[in-house]
Amino acid sequence: MTSPVIGVLALQGDVREHLTALAVADAVARPVRRPEELAEVDGLVLPGGESTTISKLANLFGMADPLRERIAAGMPVYGTCAGMIMLAEKILDPRSGQETFGGIDMIVRRNAFGRQNESFEAAVEVAGVEGAAVEGVFIRAPWVESVGARVEVLAEHGGHIVAVRQGNALATSFHPELTGDHRVHALFTEMVRTAG
Amino acid sequence: MSSTTTPQSPETGTARVKRGMAEQLKGGVIMDVVTPEQAKIAEDAGAVAVMALERVPADIRKDGGVARMSDPDMIEGIIEAVSIPVMAKSRIGHFVEAQVLQSLGVDYIDESEVLTPADEVNHSDKFAFTTPFVCGATNLGEALRRIAEGAAMIRSKGEAGTGNVVEAVRHLRQIKNEIARLRGFDNNELYAAAKDLRAPYELVKETAELGKLPVVLFSAGGVATPADAALMRQLGAEGVFVGSGIFKSGDPAKRAAAIVKATTFYDDPKIIADASRNLGEAMVGINCDTLPEAERYANRGW
Repeated sequence: MTSPVIGVLALQGDVREHLTALAVADAVARPVRRPEELAEVDGLVLPGGESTTISKLANLFGMADPLRERIAAGMPVYGTCAGMIMLAEKILDPRSGQETFGGIDMIVRRNAFGRQNESFEAAVEVAGVEGAAVEGVFIRAPWVESVGARVEVLAEHGGHIVAVRQGNALATSFHPELTGDHRVHALFTEMVRTAG
Repeated sequence: MSSTTTPQSPETGTARVKRGMAEQLKGGVIMDVVTPEQAKIAEDAGAVAVMALERVPADIRKDGGVARMSDPDMIEGIIEAVSIPVMAKSRIGHFVEAQVLQSLGVDYIDESEVLTPADEVNHSDKFAFTTPFVCGATNLGEALRRIAEGAAMIRSKGEAGTGNVVEAVRHLRQIKNEIARLRGFDNNELYAAAKDLRAPYELVKETAELGKLPVVLFSAGGVATPADAALMRQLGAEGVFVGSGIFKSGDPAKRAAAIVKATTFYDDPKIIADASRNLGEAMVGINCDTLPEAERYANRGW
Protein backbone atom coordinates (compact mmCIF):
# COMPACT_ATOMS: atom_id res chain seq x y z
CA MET A 1 0.00 0.00 0.00
CA THR A 2 1.38 3.43 -0.85
CA SER A 3 1.82 5.98 1.91
CA PRO A 4 -0.53 8.96 1.77
CA VAL A 5 0.99 12.43 1.45
CA ILE A 6 0.02 14.48 4.50
CA GLY A 7 0.84 18.16 4.84
CA VAL A 8 1.32 20.18 8.01
CA LEU A 9 0.20 23.79 7.79
CA ALA A 10 3.53 25.54 8.45
CA LEU A 11 2.58 29.16 9.00
CA GLN A 12 3.45 28.99 12.70
CA GLY A 13 3.46 26.45 15.52
CA ASP A 14 4.83 23.01 16.41
CA VAL A 15 5.17 21.88 12.80
CA ARG A 16 8.29 19.75 13.19
CA GLU A 17 6.73 17.55 15.90
CA HIS A 18 3.76 16.78 13.64
CA LEU A 19 6.03 16.00 10.68
CA THR A 20 7.94 13.54 12.87
CA ALA A 21 4.78 11.92 14.25
CA LEU A 22 3.31 11.51 10.75
CA ALA A 23 6.51 9.97 9.43
CA VAL A 24 6.41 7.43 12.29
CA ALA A 25 2.76 6.74 11.36
CA ASP A 26 3.98 5.82 7.87
CA ALA A 27 2.80 8.91 5.99
CA VAL A 28 4.85 11.05 3.62
CA ALA A 29 4.87 14.28 5.60
CA ARG A 30 5.64 17.75 4.27
CA PRO A 31 5.21 21.36 5.39
CA VAL A 32 2.56 23.43 3.56
CA ARG A 33 2.69 27.23 3.40
CA ARG A 34 1.39 28.02 -0.10
CA PRO A 35 -1.80 27.18 -2.07
CA GLU A 36 0.19 25.19 -4.66
CA GLU A 37 1.67 23.07 -1.86
CA LEU A 38 -1.81 22.47 -0.44
CA ALA A 39 -2.97 21.18 -3.82
CA GLU A 40 -0.41 18.36 -3.63
CA VAL A 41 -1.40 16.75 -0.33
CA ASP A 42 -4.01 14.06 0.43
CA GLY A 43 -4.65 15.31 3.94
CA LEU A 44 -3.58 18.14 6.23
CA VAL A 45 -2.66 18.68 9.87
CA LEU A 46 -3.36 22.05 11.49
CA PRO A 47 -0.72 22.17 14.24
CA GLY A 48 -0.68 23.72 17.66
CA GLY A 49 0.36 27.36 17.79
CA GLU A 50 -1.37 30.69 18.23
CA SER A 51 -4.73 30.57 16.48
CA THR A 52 -4.87 34.37 16.04
CA THR A 53 -1.47 34.36 14.32
CA ILE A 54 -2.26 31.35 12.13
CA SER A 55 -5.60 32.86 11.11
CA LYS A 56 -4.00 36.19 10.16
CA LEU A 57 -1.17 34.61 8.19
CA ALA A 58 -3.58 32.28 6.36
CA ASN A 59 -5.63 35.30 5.23
CA LEU A 60 -2.57 37.38 4.31
CA PHE A 61 -1.03 34.71 2.13
CA GLY A 62 -4.15 33.52 0.35
CA MET A 63 -4.36 30.20 2.19
CA ALA A 64 -7.67 30.65 3.99
CA ASP A 65 -10.03 30.26 1.02
CA PRO A 66 -8.26 27.30 -0.63
CA LEU A 67 -8.17 25.62 2.79
CA ARG A 68 -11.88 26.20 3.38
CA GLU A 69 -12.68 24.82 -0.06
CA ARG A 70 -10.62 21.66 0.33
CA ILE A 71 -11.94 20.97 3.82
CA ALA A 72 -15.52 21.50 2.60
CA ALA A 73 -14.79 19.12 -0.31
CA GLY A 74 -13.84 16.40 2.17
CA MET A 75 -10.05 16.55 2.41
CA PRO A 76 -9.09 14.73 5.65
CA VAL A 77 -7.88 17.21 8.21
CA TYR A 78 -6.63 16.95 11.81
CA GLY A 79 -6.28 19.90 14.17
CA THR A 80 -4.54 19.97 17.55
CA CYS A 81 -5.19 22.78 20.05
CA ALA A 82 -5.00 25.92 17.86
CA GLY A 83 -5.78 23.59 14.95
CA MET A 84 -8.96 22.48 16.72
CA ILE A 85 -9.97 26.14 17.05
CA MET A 86 -9.39 26.63 13.31
CA LEU A 87 -11.73 23.72 12.50
CA ALA A 88 -14.61 25.08 14.59
CA GLU A 89 -17.64 26.59 12.88
CA LYS A 90 -17.76 29.09 15.74
CA ILE A 91 -15.40 30.39 18.44
CA LEU A 92 -16.59 31.92 21.69
CA ASP A 93 -14.98 35.35 22.15
CA PRO A 94 -12.93 35.43 18.93
CA ARG A 95 -10.26 38.12 18.59
CA SER A 96 -10.93 40.84 16.07
CA GLY A 97 -10.45 39.54 12.57
CA GLN A 98 -10.03 35.94 13.66
CA GLU A 99 -11.66 33.61 11.17
CA THR A 100 -11.73 29.84 11.21
CA PHE A 101 -11.61 27.35 8.34
CA GLY A 102 -14.60 25.38 9.60
CA GLY A 103 -15.12 21.67 8.99
CA ILE A 104 -16.55 20.52 12.30
CA ASP A 105 -19.97 21.62 13.53
CA MET A 106 -18.84 22.70 17.01
CA ILE A 107 -18.43 25.74 19.20
CA VAL A 108 -14.97 25.98 20.79
CA ARG A 109 -13.87 28.01 23.80
CA ARG A 110 -10.30 29.29 23.50
CA ASN A 111 -7.89 28.86 26.47
CA ALA A 112 -10.82 27.18 28.25
CA PHE A 113 -8.61 25.18 30.61
CA GLY A 114 -6.80 28.38 31.68
CA ARG A 115 -3.47 30.10 31.21
CA GLN A 116 -0.04 28.45 31.17
CA ASN A 117 0.02 27.91 34.97
CA GLU A 118 -3.05 25.69 34.55
CA SER A 119 -1.61 23.74 31.60
CA PHE A 120 -1.46 20.05 32.50
CA GLU A 121 -0.91 16.45 31.53
CA ALA A 122 -3.57 13.79 32.03
CA ALA A 123 -4.46 10.38 30.66
CA VAL A 124 -7.29 10.53 28.12
CA GLU A 125 -9.35 7.64 26.76
CA VAL A 126 -9.87 8.28 23.05
CA ALA A 127 -12.52 6.27 21.18
CA GLY A 128 -10.93 4.58 18.19
CA VAL A 129 -7.45 4.43 19.76
CA GLU A 130 -6.79 0.90 20.95
CA GLY A 131 -4.92 0.03 24.13
CA ALA A 132 -3.86 2.24 27.00
CA ALA A 133 -5.12 5.79 27.46
CA VAL A 134 -3.43 8.53 25.44
CA GLU A 135 -1.08 10.87 27.32
CA GLY A 136 -2.88 14.18 26.94
CA VAL A 137 -0.69 17.29 26.99
CA PHE A 138 -2.99 20.31 27.40
CA ILE A 139 -1.32 23.71 26.87
CA ARG A 140 -3.54 26.78 27.31
CA ALA A 141 -5.95 24.35 25.74
CA PRO A 142 -9.41 24.92 24.28
CA TRP A 143 -12.41 22.69 24.89
CA VAL A 144 -15.48 22.02 22.83
CA GLU A 145 -18.46 23.82 24.28
CA SER A 146 -21.11 22.09 22.16
CA VAL A 147 -21.38 19.92 19.03
CA GLY A 148 -23.91 19.38 16.26
CA ALA A 149 -25.69 16.09 15.59
CA ARG A 150 -23.17 14.85 13.00
CA VAL A 151 -20.20 15.20 15.36
CA GLU A 152 -18.87 12.17 17.17
CA VAL A 153 -17.36 12.88 20.60
CA LEU A 154 -14.17 10.81 20.97
CA ALA A 155 -12.92 11.95 24.38
CA GLU A 156 -13.76 14.04 27.40
CA HIS A 157 -11.72 15.36 30.30
CA GLY A 158 -13.22 16.78 33.48
CA GLY A 159 -16.66 16.77 31.88
CA HIS A 160 -15.51 18.72 28.82
CA ILE A 161 -15.22 17.50 25.25
CA VAL A 162 -11.55 17.34 24.16
CA ALA A 163 -11.59 15.16 21.02
CA VAL A 164 -14.13 15.02 18.17
CA ARG A 165 -14.61 13.69 14.67
CA GLN A 166 -16.99 14.67 11.91
CA GLY A 167 -16.52 12.68 8.72
CA ASN A 168 -12.95 13.26 7.57
CA ALA A 169 -12.23 15.98 10.13
CA LEU A 170 -10.55 15.14 13.46
CA ALA A 171 -9.66 17.49 16.32
CA THR A 172 -8.06 17.23 19.77
CA SER A 173 -7.60 19.87 22.49
CA PHE A 174 -4.33 18.19 23.43
CA HIS A 175 -1.01 17.59 21.67
CA PRO A 176 -0.21 13.94 20.84
CA GLU A 177 2.69 15.27 18.73
CA LEU A 178 4.52 16.30 21.93
CA THR A 179 4.59 12.72 23.19
CA GLY A 180 6.28 9.64 21.80
CA ASP A 181 2.85 8.01 21.37
CA HIS A 182 1.75 8.49 17.77
CA ARG A 183 -1.45 6.39 17.77
CA VAL A 184 -3.68 9.40 17.08
CA HIS A 185 -1.49 10.27 14.08
CA ALA A 186 -1.78 6.65 12.96
CA LEU A 187 -5.57 6.95 13.23
CA PHE A 188 -5.49 10.10 11.10
CA THR A 189 -3.13 8.54 8.56
CA GLU A 190 -5.60 5.67 8.24
CA MET A 191 -8.42 8.19 7.71
CA VAL A 192 -6.44 9.76 4.87
CA ARG A 193 -5.65 6.36 3.37
CA THR A 194 -9.32 5.32 3.47
CA ALA A 195 -10.51 8.63 2.02
CA GLY A 196 -8.07 8.33 -0.88
CA MET B 1 -10.86 0.75 24.29
CA SER B 2 -10.88 -0.02 27.99
CA SER B 3 -13.54 1.80 29.96
CA THR B 4 -12.26 0.80 33.39
CA THR B 5 -9.17 3.03 33.44
CA THR B 6 -9.80 6.23 35.36
CA PRO B 7 -7.90 9.28 34.15
CA GLN B 8 -5.04 10.04 36.53
CA SER B 9 -5.26 13.39 38.27
CA PRO B 10 -3.97 16.20 36.07
CA GLU B 11 -0.38 17.26 36.63
CA THR B 12 0.67 20.90 36.08
CA GLY B 13 4.12 22.43 35.60
CA THR B 14 5.71 19.33 34.04
CA ALA B 15 8.75 19.67 31.76
CA ARG B 16 6.58 18.58 28.84
CA VAL B 17 3.98 21.25 29.53
CA LYS B 18 6.63 23.96 30.05
CA ARG B 19 8.77 23.09 27.02
CA GLY B 20 5.67 22.26 24.97
CA MET B 21 4.39 25.81 25.49
CA ALA B 22 7.51 27.15 23.75
CA GLU B 23 7.02 24.64 20.91
CA GLN B 24 3.67 26.33 20.21
CA LEU B 25 5.44 29.69 19.74
CA LYS B 26 7.80 28.43 17.03
CA GLY B 27 7.94 30.29 13.76
CA GLY B 28 6.55 33.33 15.52
CA VAL B 29 7.49 36.80 16.76
CA ILE B 30 7.38 37.83 20.43
CA MET B 31 7.13 41.60 20.83
CA ASP B 32 8.09 43.94 23.69
CA VAL B 33 5.16 46.13 24.73
CA VAL B 34 4.81 48.73 27.48
CA THR B 35 1.05 49.45 27.38
CA PRO B 36 -2.19 47.52 26.73
CA GLU B 37 -2.61 49.57 23.52
CA GLN B 38 0.77 48.40 22.23
CA ALA B 39 -0.13 44.83 23.21
CA LYS B 40 -3.25 45.05 21.04
CA ILE B 41 -1.24 46.42 18.12
CA ALA B 42 1.19 43.50 18.51
CA GLU B 43 -1.64 40.94 18.67
CA ASP B 44 -3.35 42.44 15.62
CA ALA B 45 -0.06 42.32 13.73
CA GLY B 46 0.18 38.57 14.36
CA ALA B 47 2.58 38.36 17.34
CA VAL B 48 2.53 34.91 19.00
CA ALA B 49 3.14 36.47 22.42
CA VAL B 50 3.99 39.79 24.01
CA MET B 51 6.66 40.67 26.56
CA ALA B 52 5.20 43.10 29.10
CA LEU B 53 7.73 45.57 30.44
CA GLU B 54 7.88 49.13 31.75
CA ARG B 55 10.46 50.47 29.33
CA VAL B 56 11.81 48.95 26.13
CA PRO B 57 15.56 48.22 26.28
CA ALA B 58 16.41 51.31 24.19
CA ASP B 59 14.82 53.49 26.88
CA ILE B 60 16.44 51.52 29.71
CA ARG B 61 19.77 52.35 28.05
CA LYS B 62 18.86 56.01 27.71
CA ASP B 63 17.45 56.46 31.21
CA GLY B 64 20.09 54.48 33.10
CA GLY B 65 19.53 53.57 36.76
CA VAL B 66 18.33 50.22 38.07
CA ALA B 67 15.86 48.39 35.81
CA ARG B 68 13.41 46.15 37.70
CA MET B 69 10.31 44.00 37.26
CA SER B 70 7.32 45.98 35.93
CA ASP B 71 4.37 47.28 37.96
CA PRO B 72 1.81 44.47 38.49
CA ASP B 73 -0.98 46.82 37.40
CA MET B 74 0.72 47.33 34.07
CA ILE B 75 1.26 43.57 33.59
CA GLU B 76 -2.35 42.77 34.51
CA GLY B 77 -3.59 45.48 32.15
CA ILE B 78 -1.72 43.79 29.32
CA ILE B 79 -2.94 40.31 30.33
CA GLU B 80 -6.52 41.61 30.14
CA ALA B 81 -5.98 43.38 26.82
CA VAL B 82 -4.91 40.37 24.72
CA SER B 83 -5.66 36.67 24.32
CA ILE B 84 -2.15 35.66 23.21
CA PRO B 85 0.38 34.56 25.86
CA VAL B 86 1.97 37.27 28.00
CA MET B 87 5.58 37.06 29.19
CA ALA B 88 7.27 39.33 31.72
CA LYS B 89 10.84 39.88 32.91
CA SER B 90 12.42 39.28 36.29
CA ARG B 91 15.94 40.33 37.22
CA ILE B 92 18.58 37.60 37.12
CA GLY B 93 18.53 35.76 40.47
CA HIS B 94 15.55 37.74 41.77
CA PHE B 95 13.34 34.77 42.50
CA VAL B 96 10.86 36.89 44.46
CA GLU B 97 10.13 38.99 41.36
CA ALA B 98 9.60 35.65 39.60
CA GLN B 99 7.23 34.52 42.37
CA VAL B 100 5.25 37.74 41.92
CA LEU B 101 5.08 37.25 38.14
CA GLN B 102 3.86 33.69 38.63
CA SER B 103 1.15 34.88 41.02
CA LEU B 104 0.01 37.43 38.41
CA GLY B 105 -0.54 34.58 35.98
CA VAL B 106 1.99 35.47 33.28
CA ASP B 107 2.54 32.61 30.80
CA TYR B 108 6.35 32.78 30.70
CA ILE B 109 8.99 34.47 32.85
CA ASP B 110 12.07 35.91 31.17
CA GLU B 111 14.98 35.94 33.64
CA SER B 112 16.57 38.74 31.74
CA GLU B 113 19.93 40.47 31.48
CA VAL B 114 18.08 43.55 30.19
CA LEU B 115 17.10 44.25 33.79
CA THR B 116 19.77 44.96 36.40
CA PRO B 117 20.95 41.63 37.92
CA ALA B 118 19.92 41.03 41.53
CA ASP B 119 22.46 38.28 42.18
CA GLU B 120 25.93 38.14 40.67
CA VAL B 121 26.48 34.47 41.49
CA ASN B 122 23.18 32.63 41.22
CA HIS B 123 20.36 32.50 38.73
CA SER B 124 16.88 31.60 40.02
CA ASP B 125 15.97 27.94 40.58
CA LYS B 126 13.45 27.62 37.79
CA PHE B 127 12.27 24.14 38.79
CA ALA B 128 10.62 25.77 41.83
CA PHE B 129 8.00 27.36 39.56
CA THR B 130 4.93 26.18 37.65
CA THR B 131 5.39 29.05 35.20
CA PRO B 132 8.04 28.22 32.60
CA PHE B 133 11.17 30.35 32.13
CA VAL B 134 13.04 31.62 29.09
CA CYS B 135 16.66 32.68 29.60
CA GLY B 136 19.30 34.34 27.46
CA ALA B 137 22.58 32.76 26.37
CA THR B 138 25.63 33.85 24.40
CA ASN B 139 27.04 30.35 23.94
CA LEU B 140 26.14 26.67 24.33
CA GLY B 141 27.56 26.25 27.85
CA GLU B 142 25.51 29.16 29.12
CA ALA B 143 22.36 27.81 27.41
CA LEU B 144 22.83 24.35 28.97
CA ARG B 145 23.50 25.81 32.43
CA ARG B 146 20.20 27.67 32.21
CA ILE B 147 18.41 24.50 31.08
CA ALA B 148 20.03 22.65 34.00
CA GLU B 149 18.45 25.27 36.30
CA GLY B 150 15.05 24.57 34.73
CA ALA B 151 14.77 26.97 31.77
CA ALA B 152 12.20 25.63 29.27
CA MET B 153 13.22 27.93 26.40
CA ILE B 154 16.44 29.71 25.39
CA ARG B 155 16.96 32.90 23.45
CA SER B 156 20.32 33.97 22.12
CA LYS B 157 21.01 37.27 23.87
CA GLY B 158 22.20 39.64 21.19
CA GLU B 159 22.51 43.20 22.48
CA ALA B 160 19.05 44.48 23.45
CA GLY B 161 18.04 48.05 22.71
CA THR B 162 20.67 48.65 20.03
CA GLY B 163 18.68 47.95 16.86
CA ASN B 164 21.90 46.31 15.69
CA VAL B 165 21.70 42.65 14.75
CA VAL B 166 25.45 41.95 14.91
CA GLU B 167 25.50 40.54 18.44
CA ALA B 168 22.37 38.45 17.81
CA VAL B 169 24.17 36.89 14.84
CA ARG B 170 27.34 36.34 16.87
CA HIS B 171 25.53 34.56 19.73
CA LEU B 172 23.27 32.41 17.57
CA ARG B 173 26.19 31.34 15.37
CA GLN B 174 28.21 30.55 18.47
CA ILE B 175 25.47 28.28 19.88
CA LYS B 176 24.86 26.57 16.53
CA ASN B 177 28.57 26.08 15.87
CA GLU B 178 29.17 24.53 19.28
CA ILE B 179 26.25 22.13 18.75
CA ALA B 180 27.61 21.18 15.32
CA ARG B 181 31.00 20.47 16.89
CA LEU B 182 29.40 18.24 19.56
CA ARG B 183 27.76 16.19 16.81
CA GLY B 184 31.20 15.11 15.67
CA PHE B 185 32.35 13.93 19.10
CA ASP B 186 32.35 10.29 20.18
CA ASN B 187 31.17 9.23 23.65
CA ASN B 188 34.65 9.50 25.16
CA GLU B 189 34.97 13.09 24.05
CA LEU B 190 31.59 14.19 25.41
CA TYR B 191 32.81 14.01 29.03
CA ALA B 192 35.61 16.45 28.32
CA ALA B 193 33.23 18.57 26.26
CA ALA B 194 30.89 18.80 29.26
CA LYS B 195 33.83 19.94 31.39
CA ASP B 196 34.84 22.56 28.82
CA LEU B 197 31.26 23.78 28.45
CA ARG B 198 30.81 23.81 32.26
CA ALA B 199 27.47 22.07 31.70
CA PRO B 200 25.96 18.78 32.96
CA TYR B 201 27.13 15.75 30.98
CA GLU B 202 23.55 14.45 30.46
CA LEU B 203 22.46 17.68 28.76
CA VAL B 204 25.61 17.78 26.63
CA LYS B 205 24.99 14.19 25.52
CA GLU B 206 21.30 14.89 24.80
CA THR B 207 22.21 17.96 22.73
CA ALA B 208 24.82 15.99 20.78
CA GLU B 209 22.26 13.29 19.99
CA LEU B 210 19.47 15.70 19.04
CA GLY B 211 21.72 18.03 17.06
CA LYS B 212 19.82 20.88 18.71
CA LEU B 213 19.10 22.21 22.17
CA PRO B 214 16.62 20.08 24.15
CA VAL B 215 14.38 23.18 24.33
CA VAL B 216 13.19 25.74 21.78
CA LEU B 217 15.80 28.32 20.70
CA PHE B 218 14.71 31.84 19.72
CA SER B 219 16.88 34.81 18.82
CA ALA B 220 16.77 38.19 20.58
CA GLY B 221 18.59 41.48 20.94
CA GLY B 222 18.89 43.72 17.89
CA VAL B 223 16.26 42.70 15.32
CA ALA B 224 14.90 45.91 13.72
CA THR B 225 13.79 44.95 10.19
CA PRO B 226 11.97 42.10 8.40
CA ALA B 227 15.27 41.06 6.84
CA ASP B 228 16.91 40.94 10.29
CA ALA B 229 14.19 38.56 11.49
CA ALA B 230 14.53 36.36 8.39
CA LEU B 231 18.32 36.34 8.82
CA MET B 232 18.01 34.97 12.35
CA ARG B 233 15.56 32.32 11.13
CA GLN B 234 17.87 31.28 8.29
CA LEU B 235 20.72 31.04 10.80
CA GLY B 236 18.63 28.54 12.77
CA ALA B 237 16.51 30.50 15.27
CA GLU B 238 13.08 28.90 15.72
CA GLY B 239 11.50 32.33 16.18
CA VAL B 240 12.45 35.87 17.18
CA PHE B 241 12.00 38.33 20.01
CA VAL B 242 11.71 41.93 18.87
CA GLY B 243 12.18 44.55 21.56
CA SER B 244 12.72 48.20 20.84
CA GLY B 245 12.73 47.59 17.07
CA ILE B 246 8.96 47.87 16.68
CA PHE B 247 7.70 50.56 19.02
CA LYS B 248 10.79 52.75 18.54
CA SER B 249 10.12 52.86 14.80
CA GLY B 250 8.05 55.31 12.74
CA ASP B 251 5.05 53.03 12.04
CA PRO B 252 4.91 50.25 14.66
CA ALA B 253 1.75 48.48 13.39
CA LYS B 254 3.10 48.22 9.86
CA ARG B 255 6.60 47.20 10.93
CA ALA B 256 5.24 44.59 13.35
CA ALA B 257 3.11 42.96 10.64
CA ALA B 258 6.04 43.06 8.22
CA ILE B 259 8.38 41.34 10.68
CA VAL B 260 5.74 38.63 11.28
CA LYS B 261 5.47 37.96 7.53
CA ALA B 262 9.23 37.82 7.06
CA THR B 263 9.57 35.44 10.02
CA THR B 264 7.10 32.95 8.50
CA PHE B 265 8.49 33.22 4.93
CA TYR B 266 12.10 33.65 6.06
CA ASP B 267 13.38 31.70 3.06
CA ASP B 268 11.42 33.62 0.41
CA PRO B 269 13.28 36.82 -0.58
CA LYS B 270 10.37 38.09 -2.68
CA ILE B 271 8.03 38.07 0.30
CA ILE B 272 10.72 39.63 2.51
CA ALA B 273 11.20 42.35 -0.13
CA ASP B 274 7.46 43.08 -0.21
CA ALA B 275 7.32 43.13 3.56
CA SER B 276 10.22 45.60 3.65
CA ARG B 277 8.60 48.26 1.43
CA ASN B 278 7.55 51.65 2.85
CA LEU B 279 7.92 50.83 6.51
CA GLY B 280 8.93 54.36 7.50
CA GLU B 281 11.78 55.08 9.88
CA ALA B 282 13.53 52.12 11.51
CA MET B 283 14.85 52.71 15.01
CA VAL B 284 18.10 54.66 14.87
CA GLY B 285 20.33 52.00 16.34
CA ILE B 286 23.67 51.93 18.13
CA ASN B 287 27.02 50.66 16.89
CA CYS B 288 27.89 47.90 19.30
CA ASP B 289 31.67 48.40 19.06
CA THR B 290 31.30 51.88 20.54
CA LEU B 291 29.26 50.51 23.45
CA PRO B 292 31.22 50.67 26.75
CA GLU B 293 31.77 47.30 28.42
CA ALA B 294 29.53 48.24 31.37
CA GLU B 295 26.61 48.93 29.01
CA ARG B 296 26.77 45.53 27.34
CA TYR B 297 23.80 43.62 28.70
CA ALA B 298 24.97 40.35 27.15
CA ASN B 299 27.81 40.23 29.69
CA ARG B 300 25.28 39.96 32.51
CA GLY B 301 24.61 36.35 33.53
CA TRP B 302 27.17 33.59 33.18
